[in-house]
Amino acid sequence: MTTKTKISKVELAEQLRTFVDADFVITDDETMKPYECDGMSMYCEMPLLVVLPETVTQVQRIMRICHEYGVPVVARGAGTGLSAGAMPNKEGVVLSLAKFNRILHIDPLARTASLQPGVRNLAISEEAAQYGLYYGPDPSSQIACTIGGNVAENSGGVHCLKYGLTVHNILSVEMVTAEGDVVTVGNDGLDSCGMDLLALLTGSEGLLGIVTEVKIKLLPTPEVAQVVMAGFDSVQKAGDAVGGIISHGIIPAGLEMMDGHAIVAADDFAGAGYPREAKALLLCEVDGTEEEVHEHIAEAEAVFRKLGATSVRTSQSEQERALLWLGRKSAFPAVGRISPDYYCMDGTIPRRHIAHVLTEMQKLSEEFGLRVANVFHAGDGNLHPLILFDANVPGEFERTEAFGASILKMCVEVGGCITGEHGVGVEKVRQMAIQFNDQELQQFHDVKAAFDPTGILNPGKGVPALKFCQEYRSLEYKQHKHEHTEAAQHG
Amino acid sequence: MGDISQQLQEQVLQARSGGEKLNIVGGGTKAFMGRESSPDAGILDVGGHTGIVDYHPVELVMTVRAGTPLSDIEAALAEQGQALHFEPPHFGPESTIGGTLACNLSGPGRPWAGSVRDQVLGIRLLNGKGEHLRFGGEVMKNVAGYDVSRLQAGALGTLGLITEVSLKVMPSPAASLTLVQDMAMDEVLHCMNSRAAEPKPITAACWVDGKVYLRLSGAKSAVEATAEKWSGDVMENGQAFWRSVQDMQHEFFTGNDSPLWRFSVGSTAANPAIEGKWFIDWAGSQRWFRGAGELSDMEPLARTAGGQVSLFRGGDRSGEVMHSQPNALKTIQCRVKNSFDPDGIFNPGRLYSWL
Repeated sequence: MTTKTKISKVELAEQLRTFVDADFVITDDETMKPYECDGMSMYCEMPLLVVLPETVTQVQRIMRICHEYGVPVVARGAGTGLSAGAMPNKEGVVLSLAKFNRILHIDPLARTASLQPGVRNLAISEEAAQYGLYYGPDPSSQIACTIGGNVAENSGGVHCLKYGLTVHNILSVEMVTAEGDVVTVGNDGLDSCGMDLLALLTGSEGLLGIVTEVKIKLLPTPEVAQVVMAGFDSVQKAGDAVGGIISHGIIPAGLEMMDGHAIVAADDFAGAGYPREAKALLLCEVDGTEEEVHEHIAEAEAVFRKLGATSVRTSQSEQERALLWLGRKSAFPAVGRISPDYYCMDGTIPRRHIAHVLTEMQKLSEEFGLRVANVFHAGDGNLHPLILFDANVPGEFERTEAFGASILKMCVEVGGCITGEHGVGVEKVRQMAIQFNDQELQQFHDVKAAFDPTGILNPGKGVPALKFCQEYRSLEYKQHKHEHTEAAQHG
Repeated sequence: MGDISQQLQEQVLQARSGGEKLNIVGGGTKAFMGRESSPDAGILDVGGHTGIVDYHPVELVMTVRAGTPLSDIEAALAEQGQALHFEPPHFGPESTIGGTLACNLSGPGRPWAGSVRDQVLGIRLLNGKGEHLRFGGEVMKNVAGYDVSRLQAGALGTLGLITEVSLKVMPSPAASLTLVQDMAMDEVLHCMNSRAAEPKPITAACWVDGKVYLRLSGAKSAVEATAEKWSGDVMENGQAFWRSVQDMQHEFFTGNDSPLWRFSVGSTAANPAIEGKWFIDWAGSQRWFRGAGELSDMEPLARTAGGQVSLFRGGDRSGEVMHSQPNALKTIQCRVKNSFDPDGIFNPGRLYSWL
């Protein structure tokens, strides 16, 4: 496909201003500055310009112009992403969906809501609460992150094991394609005819289209929720207890684990009354009808005690439940207090390898000379190691990145993956070569081309160019060989 | 028969070099679905590619070869007190997991427990270039790369041969019971949807022959307490009833051979105004209609109800059987097909005449 000759920044801005309010086509550095990164602030880039359309027709026209001139387009919601997926392209446009922030309709009987993509995740549940309903996926950033971004990342949260990810909780999306067409994928029914494009789009990190409307499913708010907190003197025992609960036939609404470092940091921060001497802590939430919760809480307490918990405490009120969760929910800022900077990883592993992975991670921590604290969505195997570092110390971020890469490699080696919910973005694009071979990566590129033949949507993210993969793998191989040679020499 | 993936790969490569087409067959129980198979194509038989590759009950994950019969999978799960919560229909003892995913078939529990597509975590796929690829994995959260695994759901094998499937499995409920009561068709959508909006352990809701059936499953105390609060009589053979719905062995499905239409629509949408016999499932989201008709006449009715229609079984299968697609999506789907199967080897014309 041919594209017209390059368009200058001034010409592009002029063209956009013919149909977008001039104030919402931003071209000066000072106003563009807040757009230079997302939640992953280590990766920055200034865009060519930023545009904030207000209607779907405007989005269409922007896409047509960018398609025509081959100008990259990076869609942006609230900018809370943690893999630099919304980092601008220096030759491209940041298309902010901030103005698409209305809840269009809630249907309490059908338990659905139609939303513009810029609606905040938490705002949905707040609005639906009057009907006794809520929206399932609850990423940690839910106070700020938007549903459009949730679709792009297939966001999860604490309650995934029981209530699923974004892909399980949406019915349809309206999307503007790279070529400027508006299409609706999915419908009000639960299934669509033919290949499941809705699933393909979910988690595609803004590489396949610009979402302009989302229809979601709402769930009835459970009658009761209670949380059991259990402390253990080893990670192994806590890991076994996770398996014990699930083998018992209980699917907790949330099942979270924290290691020793995270327990102390979170308890200092939130005063949640965590057992500070414990090496691992489990928070197990059960929700449902009163009878069901009563039955399952008693069983969960018994399982934890039987499997060696050193302390067990069950919330007796909503207030106590909130307090027990507060520690977990503030684990990131809590860790932020004990270190100038921290780097949050996002690998997923089969749960049975948790003790092994955490032990190995501790060894790596010593090797790299960097501390690591762990919070873990134990129910679904999603690890969030927080590597503590100081960006002002030269070379420390590079070491942090290398430590992170080693953790992700280990996740893949035990049968897991490099990202559970934060996405690949820019941050993990190199590690894609560990999880996928060249044929698989090429298949991803071919899928992308089916939606975006000229490659203008979020270029350079998500899927690496194959030549970089070969370089990365051979580098890894050399390092590996070097380590082995050194070990042999020392041994 | 075990792992025959190499043999399957060779067959695809041969077909590619010889310019042949291939119709994929597993257990052969879903030959009635989709458009009629191309008579000029050879057969790619995945039925011998069987066996459980990996199963860790504590992880709630099972990996199986695509030709494995559903009954083998369910038997292995039952030994551990687990089950496939999407309740796949068995159209015969030979029905396989690969075919179930390719056709995206799920049973009465689907609105609450999710569909087969929802429970898929990863697949292996032979594409049209004969490349044996792996997507997704054995973990519940995995957002690396596009979700090619779930893309296969409903594609009827047109994007490649699924050779292996990793699935999320769940514990079987401790208790289950079914409430039944008489109800007119015009009251039932409100009834089922209001019940579904309550935080109670409802796991299936359907209506047929003037009766509404609600299934409750979960902790025994919760099921019993809810049954006491809700109206309706406890059904004696509830399990057998739902089994007949799941496998489409209920008399509605087997009683005559007129064309069977599947409307996948908004759960509260007014029922399409066509006289005839209806079966309402999934608390209103899936409605079955038996009777003669043209797809082009059915489509506007489905659209009005917020959804789509397909000719599920019987009728004219030489024409289109799936809800038509707008041009922009048609173009994208042709390109997606081309990206997986550039020579158009797999199941030509099975999903749409143009794919």
